[in-house]
Amino acid sequence: MTDASVLTISGLHKRYASGLDALRDINLEIRSGEIFALLGPNGAGKTTLISTICGIVSPSSGTITVGGHDHRRAYREARKLIGLVPQELHTEAFESVQHTVAYSRGLFGLPPSPAHIEKVLRDLSLWDKRDEQIRRLSGGMKRRVMIAKALAHEPRILFLDEPTAGVDVELRRNLWDQVHQLRRDGVTVVLTTHYIEEAQEMADRVGVINQGHIILVEEKQALMRSLGKRVLRLHLEAPLAEIPAELADWSLVLESEGQELVFRFDAAQGRQRIPDLLNRVHMLGITYTDLNTSESSLEDIFVELVSAPKDKATA
Amino acid sequence: MNLRGIWAIYHFEMSRWKRTLWQSLVAPVMTTTLYFVVFGAAIGGRMSAVDGVSYGAFIVPGLIMLTVFTQSLSNASFGIYFPQFSGTIYEILSAPLSPLEIVIGYVGAAATKSILLGLIILVTGSFFVTLDIHHPVSMALYLVLISLTFSLFGFIIGIWAQNFEQLQFFPMLVVTPLTFLGGAFYSIDMLPENWQTVALFNPVVYLISGFRWCFYGSGDVGIDISLLCTAGFLIGGLLWVRWIFHTGYRLKQ
Repeated sequence: MTDASVLTISGLHKRYASGLDALRDINLEIRSGEIFALLGPNGAGKTTLISTICGIVSPSSGTITVGGHDHRRAYREARKLIGLVPQELHTEAFESVQHTVAYSRGLFGLPPSPAHIEKVLRDLSLWDKRDEQIRRLSGGMKRRVMIAKALAHEPRILFLDEPTAGVDVELRRNLWDQVHQLRRDGVTVVLTTHYIEEAQEMADRVGVINQGHIILVEEKQALMRSLGKRVLRLHLEAPLAEIPAELADWSLVLESEGQELVFRFDAAQGRQRIPDLLNRVHMLGITYTDLNTSESSLEDIFVELVSAPKDKATA
Repeated sequence: MNLRGIWAIYHFEMSRWKRTLWQSLVAPVMTTTLYFVVFGAAIGGRMSAVDGVSYGAFIVPGLIMLTVFTQSLSNASFGIYFPQFSGTIYEILSAPLSPLEIVIGYVGAAATKSILLGLIILVTGSFFVTLDIHHPVSMALYLVLISLTFSLFGFIIGIWAQNFEQLQFFPMLVVTPLTFLGGAFYSIDMLPENWQTVALFNPVVYLISGFRWCFYGSGDVGIDISLLCTAGFLIGGLLWVRWIFHTGYRLKQ
């Protein structure tokens, strides 16, 4: 464990009773104060990994240390440092918001702190709803109640399992802002997500898990450069025989028998070059009837990663 | 020990009970009152005294036990089953709580409810019949012991059950018949000799007999055997729960 790491996982393996190997030789370090995004398709092992760290699933082998405490031998110390927001909305329907958050704090052995509960509820815009029964809240508010419960005992690491699955755009943005605020307050955040955009927006580092293996851990910027491919397609009014020399800077290709002008670029860098390209096309008198942009889907990225040579993995 | 964690679970469970006070408190009291009206006043008046105790008074310990058995099982099993059903069990499992602390929280709350119910039925009974309790301290301790033991069994049932039907199976189809056949409303001396032997295979006989001894100084079997049987149940339940947490049975994957 380095000085800066708050969570260290070594040789972690989980085999379920069914014989399924959900986690295979996981080695991972989470740095104190970072936002770490764990990406992976359904069934990759994301939730199993988080559940194992939090004590809900028993590992078959391997070690986990949280803040220097072994998660089995010193489970009390280790768990006190962890807050968990599971993917599903599991709430006590008939409890009030304030009571359920105070209950969570009690479970972790801390004395009541109305001031801390008020701060958490205010930060999550739940203070006005503090006396409301949870069953009367909207899905987005229930999600925030679960975050409030996880923050009730002032954890150092917060695990967010698919925090924005099925959440509308506005709330997603709102949650992202709250996660950034948590990081500013000194909380380390580990989140799992399907959305590469979410990882791009929030994470400092990104890990990719597939079939129980961590196949890549990288700084976000580097990952986006290598994986975040975008495509701009201009559907031309008249087909071109070849690409004009004036457009050589963009490394364009012609497709559909010259009917489509295609620009492939890295999401992290290329976006700013689109206005220049369109201006130049306009100046050259090339007219187009339609344009669209698309990005490489996470599925494409996984296919690429899974088929990539082993030396790509840096976990 | 995480005392605040235990208190959080205990308090949560007691609050849940308060929310459903009508179902939790009034229904058992009303049912017991009906038993007194039917068996105590209507039928009991035509029956002779059992072991020198009027029939109405004779059934009081059995009635209390019947309620304590079924309510302990129902309350404790629902208490731990519902978080599994709703998914909120994740919070209990990820909190810095030892298995023993979780058990103390849930079983302690369920036992408290049963003890309160038992005392309320005792008071209700005193309105219908004259009660002369020979060993009040032993009676109170026995009530606590039985409430804890059956709440522990309820906790185990709550972990074992995979649907609401299974949750009701033991209180309705096992414990209630065994209690009716276990001398709640009669002394097993009143049975034909062969059936007396069969009745001795019913563990509930020993529990009710012990509780009745606390009231009237005599039971179907000796108090030492009753106590031994009750202690055996409690220890058996504790070992069972220990195994559940050790293996993670139905709780952890």
